[in-house]
Amino acid sequence: MHDADKRFYGNGLPYLKLGPLKGSLIVVEGTDSVGRSTQIERLTPWLELQGYGVVNTGWIRSPLLAETINEAKAGHELNVMTFSLLYAADFADRLENQIIPALRAGFIVLADRYLYTVFARNAVMGAAPEWTRRLFGFAVVPDLVLYQKIDVRHLIPRALESKGMDYWESGMHLRLGSDIFDSFRRYQTRLIREYDRMADEFSFVTIDATRTIDEIQEDLRATIARYLAGEQPVTSPRRGAGGVSRLVRRGRVAARA
Amino acid sequence: MTPGLTTPHPYPGKLIIVEGIDGSGKSTQIALLHRWLLGRGLKVFFTEWNSSALVRRAMRRGKKKDLLTPTSFSILHAVDFADRLTYKIVPPLKAGMTVLADRYVYTAFGRDVARGVDSEWVRAMYGFAPRPDLAIYFRVPIEVSLQRILTGRTKLKYHEAGMDLGLSRDPAESFRLFQSQVLVIYDELVREFGLSVIDATADISQQQQQVRAMAAEVLGLDKGIRHARRR
Repeated sequence: MHDADKRFYGNGLPYLKLGPLKGSLIVVEGTDSVGRSTQIERLTPWLELQGYGVVNTGWIRSPLLAETINEAKAGHELNVMTFSLLYAADFADRLENQIIPALRAGFIVLADRYLYTVFARNAVMGAAPEWTRRLFGFAVVPDLVLYQKIDVRHLIPRALESKGMDYWESGMHLRLGSDIFDSFRRYQTRLIREYDRMADEFSFVTIDATRTIDEIQEDLRATIARYLAGEQPVTSPRRGAGGVSRLVRRGRVAARA
Repeated sequence: MTPGLTTPHPYPGKLIIVEGIDGSGKSTQIALLHRWLLGRGLKVFFTEWNSSALVRRAMRRGKKKDLLTPTSFSILHAVDFADRLTYKIVPPLKAGMTVLADRYVYTAFGRDVARGVDSEWVRAMYGFAPRPDLAIYFRVPIEVSLQRILTGRTKLKYHEAGMDLGLSRDPAESFRLFQSQVLVIYDELVREFGLSVIDATADISQQQQQVRAMAAEVLGLDKGIRHARRR
């Protein structure tokens, strides 16, 4: 057992001495096309203006696997196991080569999506949730998870306005509907249900993302500012092991003050 | 998802796998078994560890640029395995064929744990792997395997020697240190998963006789090499 190190979701990385993490890991989560990247693009300069060093990271951006995953997605040859494992490899690469070093050096790491996206997708695809969660047991627990919550009715025009409905984000691999529109609606409804469920379990700070870009941004900034000032964020009620991260967060904030 | 390593798989085919450190001679043995089974008229499919096209590029890139950490190294092998399981192992098992696998999940349980990843974590990651009908472990002392590799191909491979762990700058010494740890873990795996052990220092033909006897029993064939020759 590694109970000395509760900064990981599971048993962590036994061969790695994590040491003090001076920085903060802030995650922006939410379903496809909800507008995460737009918001992060604006958060970055705002934080930098205040003098914080910011590192951006996002899903499938590891130099090791980005190409492999995009190619495999194009070829439609993946199933829930290979999908999850490729995401886990991408995440492990970024975690050890980018996220942890940045946190050690005192940066704010802004992550566009985190493992919750895989948890949501896998739940919809029917993988055993226990398996997915144990697979990501080496993940560092974030300091703040900002969840952009939206309903499918508001999501549809946003998806169509931005880049359209793509094969995977419409869940076409699950054959949920007669056409891409029906499939998108059903798939995203299920995904959103999973995110909502996780909001409690992993204590997301929920941001109403049905509003305008500016309103959402304002809300995100206010939440981050409160966190950086050492205040406890207002999260969904906690259950189970999630309580650990709150203790860690308090400890970290106290150490900084 | 399949029932995992603790319960027999539901497929009509049979899964036979071989394990052992590099230089244990397992590949030679499984090749001989393959030939024998084909000669007996069986439909056989052969698959090998770390051979899927899906992760080949990432693996090559990671090794070349030294990007791999013990965890990403471990997960990439799991991707390879999951991909082969989907396309190469489960379909022939469902079709009632015999699948021969050179290395299986026990390789990850040995090597990756020797590299420092959590042993529970790696077992959970491979939780979808079907239990083999026969798993043979070729046990060999470190010096014997080292001699076999050095006389065969004269150069030790970087990861095979555990050079990524910085145990020693000398490849042979690093191999000794790293693979000795793997050997210790294999012995634990023999007990945990009930692997069948063969003494890999014995003559090739002697070992093969044992391998064929074990396979014949699992596959419900008439035993022995002699019988096969007579046909």
